[in-house]
Amino acid sequence: MTVPKTAKLNPAWRKKESLKQIPTRNGFGEGLVEAGKADKNIYVLSADLTESTRAQMFKDVFPERFVQMGVSEQSLAAVAAGMALTGKTVWIASYACFSPGRNWEQIRTTGCLQRVNLKIAGAHAGVSVGPDGATHQMTEDIALMRVLPEMKVLVPCDAIETRKATVAASKMKGPVYVRFARSGSPVFTTEKTPFEVGKAQVFRTGNDVAIIGCGPLVYEALMAAEELSKLGIEARVINNVSIKPMDEKTIIAAARECGAVVTIEEAQAAAGMGGAVCELLAETYPVPVERIGMQDRFGESGEPRELLEAFGLTAPAIVKAVKKIMKRKA
Amino acid sequence: MPHVRDIPTLTEKKLLSLEKKANLIRQDLLQMLETAGSGHSAGPLGLADIFTALYFHVLDHDPKKPMWKDRDRLLLSCGHVAPIRYATMAHAGYFPKSELKTLRKFGSKLQGHPEYLMMPALESTSGPLGDGSPQSAGMAYIGKKEGAPWHVYCIMSDGELEAGITWEAAMFAGKHALHNLTWIIDRNNIQIDGYTEDIMPLEPLRDKFEAFNFEVVEIDGHNIREFVDACEYSKSVWERPVVIIAHTIPGRGVDFMEFDFKWHGVPPGSGPEDKYKKPNQLNEALKELRTLGGKIESESE
Repeated sequence: MTVPKTAKLNPAWRKKESLKQIPTRNGFGEGLVEAGKADKNIYVLSADLTESTRAQMFKDVFPERFVQMGVSEQSLAAVAAGMALTGKTVWIASYACFSPGRNWEQIRTTGCLQRVNLKIAGAHAGVSVGPDGATHQMTEDIALMRVLPEMKVLVPCDAIETRKATVAASKMKGPVYVRFARSGSPVFTTEKTPFEVGKAQVFRTGNDVAIIGCGPLVYEALMAAEELSKLGIEARVINNVSIKPMDEKTIIAAARECGAVVTIEEAQAAAGMGGAVCELLAETYPVPVERIGMQDRFGESGEPRELLEAFGLTAPAIVKAVKKIMKRKA
Repeated sequence: MPHVRDIPTLTEKKLLSLEKKANLIRQDLLQMLETAGSGHSAGPLGLADIFTALYFHVLDHDPKKPMWKDRDRLLLSCGHVAPIRYATMAHAGYFPKSELKTLRKFGSKLQGHPEYLMMPALESTSGPLGDGSPQSAGMAYIGKKEGAPWHVYCIMSDGELEAGITWEAAMFAGKHALHNLTWIIDRNNIQIDGYTEDIMPLEPLRDKFEAFNFEVVEIDGHNIREFVDACEYSKSVWERPVVIIAHTIPGRGVDFMEFDFKWHGVPPGSGPEDKYKKPNQLNEALKELRTLGGKIESESE
């Protein structure tokens, strides 16, 4: 049991030191440029965080389609929606704690209820933001976005996949939320790794337990699976990048074939990706589930890796959760 | 120079016909509100003259081709006064007047607050206060950038100026000198909980907008000629956006509703009974409109 050929991961994925460490936000910037080249109707609006969200990369190439909004997240969303009503596809870039954190109502009313091509880039999501502390570590955004009718939610796992997600979101009709992180994380997928909105990718086969992750923590899931293999537990690892729409077929198959599920995300365990998996499985194929994520608390200052470890969001915590769930498994 | 489309000259004859039209629209408005059994009365009545002037004189639009790409855009930010827009649009030929009876009913495109997807000619979905002005600014930004011939108008209530997003949008519109954008503020001084200056004072409103790089025009919002003149003027100003502060009387046209915030959020048939019992409120209001508030004695005069 190991990585299926279809996943087309970097053959050296096991050797973390050999992988490039690139923040997923870089993939966003590259994706914007690619999308902007393909479609001259794409605009990017930034709320005073142009460089750090990597909207700068788009601004450098298409300054005439970049609009600086200043620190005004509510009008960031609504001005963008107004532009979208004239036929544009408009990305709004800020930190996730401000957008959608501060402008949820505008995203709801002017983005979703009008079903316009409003694309929300939530940068610096999760506790791996690091030293900035809890105010800037957004952990509630997945819940906030996935509850909205018409909204699609993508949480890509590395810089390459973030680029693909950004390009795909730019082509889709209607509002889309794409979430990414500040700090570098291993680039373990390749250009050839399949990406499709509404599809989860099986990155490792196994039938003892399914580890369903999203974002850079999918790499932690792979590391945990390697450890578990040594203990004789073969874990299936699923990259659940498309939280909404979710690939129900792949998730239900994992529950049926593995009999237990561990979810992991760098967000509140409540109402996030793991919550969505629980909703699905409770109604279709109930199996024991352990949700790894922030347990109803905020983050705090620290180094990214230190924080991920402190809040139980790395491979050892997954191994622990799997050991626990194996006892619950019928 | 930016492309500017002219507003036709307003002749005396046309003015008279607009005034009559506004009266008929008020009557339809009250009937639809009473049928709906909920909704706002005072605000919509106060905007009848402005909506009539917009749809029958100022806007370059085509009810038969509502999404014509070069149409002027009219956004209604204070969505709660939607019935007056619906009534005016029905008169203008966007949909049959018989549909006005479906206001707020299940399956109707005349939603309690305007919904773009239900009727794209509404240009935007509104209700949560403050969201219209930034959307109008976003549209105008694209229109200006692309040299489009259309103008963007956005009607806002005075109470909604209390929403911070309004001033974010004002900064944006001022920064980009959106000459193709005109905001129209329904300065009727009431909001749900009382008078604006008690709830959260807005004055000095002119100074506030001027500080945000707007050209400010203050008019009597029931004087159609003044309003049309202000719209014409706003087209001649191309170094900054324009805000027309239209002083209106909430409930205008129906004496017992005028300037009474208790009539802000209720339809005839559900209003305060200090003058008329609920079952008589609609008929009394219509009688007043038909006799022009006692200026003429009988309805046939």
